[in-house]
Amino acid sequence: MAKVTFIEHDGLEQVVDIPTGWTLMQGAVQSGVAGIEGECGGSCACATCHCYVDEAHVDALPPPSETEEEMLDCTASERRSNSRLSCQIRVSDALDGIVIRLPEAQS
Amino acid sequence: MGGPAQSEPADAGMVIVGAGQGGLQVAESLRAEGYDGPITLIGEEASAPYHRPPLSKAILAGMMEEAQLAIRGAEVFERQRIALLTGTRVVAIDRPARQVRLEDGRRLGYRGLALATGARVRRLPITGDGLDGVLGLRSLDDARRIRAALDRAARVVVIGGGYIGLEVAAAARKRGLEVTILEAADRLLARSATPFLAGFYADLHRGQGVTVALGAKVVGLDGQGGRVTAVRTADGRTHPADLVVVGVGIVPDTALAEGCGLACDGGVLVDDCARTDDPAIVAVGDCTARRTSSGALLRLESVQNAVEQGKSAAAALLGRERPFTAAPWFWSDQYDVKLQIVGLSADHDRMALRGSPEERRFSAFYFREGALVAIDSVNRPADHMAGRKLLDRKAALTPEQAADEGFPLASLTR
Repeated sequence: MAKVTFIEHDGLEQVVDIPTGWTLMQGAVQSGVAGIEGECGGSCACATCHCYVDEAHVDALPPPSETEEEMLDCTASERRSNSRLSCQIRVSDALDGIVIRLPEAQS
Repeated sequence: MGGPAQSEPADAGMVIVGAGQGGLQVAESLRAEGYDGPITLIGEEASAPYHRPPLSKAILAGMMEEAQLAIRGAEVFERQRIALLTGTRVVAIDRPARQVRLEDGRRLGYRGLALATGARVRRLPITGDGLDGVLGLRSLDDARRIRAALDRAARVVVIGGGYIGLEVAAAARKRGLEVTILEAADRLLARSATPFLAGFYADLHRGQGVTVALGAKVVGLDGQGGRVTAVRTADGRTHPADLVVVGVGIVPDTALAEGCGLACDGGVLVDDCARTDDPAIVAVGDCTARRTSSGALLRLESVQNAVEQGKSAAAALLGRERPFTAAPWFWSDQYDVKLQIVGLSADHDRMALRGSPEERRFSAFYFREGALVAIDSVNRPADHMAGRKLLDRKAALTPEQAADEGFPLASLTR
């Protein structure tokens, strides 16, 4: 279980408890975090769960797969060095306290 | 209690029949569009709305827990004031009275009604279809049954080489089971993909050790003690099985719509704004069919279709026009192969290939009279994403450019 803070583009903050093994996208979508769509349900097929991982945690994550890399090049909002698809990040205790910022648009 | 103002009639509310992806989208889009009245979302299944695509993939492979399938948590429905009635069946629509009738006799009035009734698995018109161990895959309950059966099975026969059949075959094969796919047509994916892509998938499955039998018309199922033991084909062969998964397509659930006289033709007929021929009723997702601008009947079974029609339907219920005309897209995960499709390739007259099928990394671009109509991308997501824009903007890509790895597809979409 990890406490994850999602900060929407307009500054609205939502803290969500996400079980270990779930993805950030699943936790966010089930809690109704509006800035993440996750239309494909987590198959890395739609790029509508784009997020910016706070710099303190970005290096602690396994790097994106080739597929995620390519999808990240196609996000609706600007790709940055800390851009990830939240459906590809699995929650572990190590992510407790992580801050995730959401882009202006997902599609 | 803040009731409606005295001077205004009470809002009978919006009723949505079917609590799948499309039904949920209608409910949430109504709120997003500013609708403040009552919303009731009615589903037959016991579960709250859940993601269906993982049922034939991660759920069967045991890589995902059921709790992860839920699209929204209960508190989100409360927060959005969406009344979710699960395990509830609507048996009739009374259009003159603007009411739906529930199985228990209750009646629920509506100001606007959305039908998101989905589809049922097509059954086999042969003897033995009712044996234990013969299963279809549509709902979470179906996936639970198949997963439990996979835990005990040694030999799995999949009837039907469509996407569901192929995904189930991949999941069963990944578990190390003996798997046979029986397809009545002379190729896989006969209803939905090009012969080129079908050939790629036949090779892929055979390479994984799956037996792929084409032109294999199933004539009967054998059983012992009420349990299936084998599948018989017209060529006289018998294929032993302790689990048979039937994936021969789905049938749109149009019973309610037909029962109240709405126009249906292999689906509830809707326009680009998800409107039926009754201005108070919209329909979305797998239960629908629509006429394209060319007059052809189009039926799409996909998440994107459910979501986009859901957005259109909510707008239509509020008297707004939000046509859904984007190119259809779809995906399938089998083994380590991610397929992403955009557009409709059925009428193509030319194909251009980018990348390498041998390396399982390619995109097939389909053209009709010189115009791009569809792209199948295998493990090339960037081509797919660029392709969506190319199609939606009707960009002028040539087959030569498509086949040239050095040509940047995105340059035509900026």
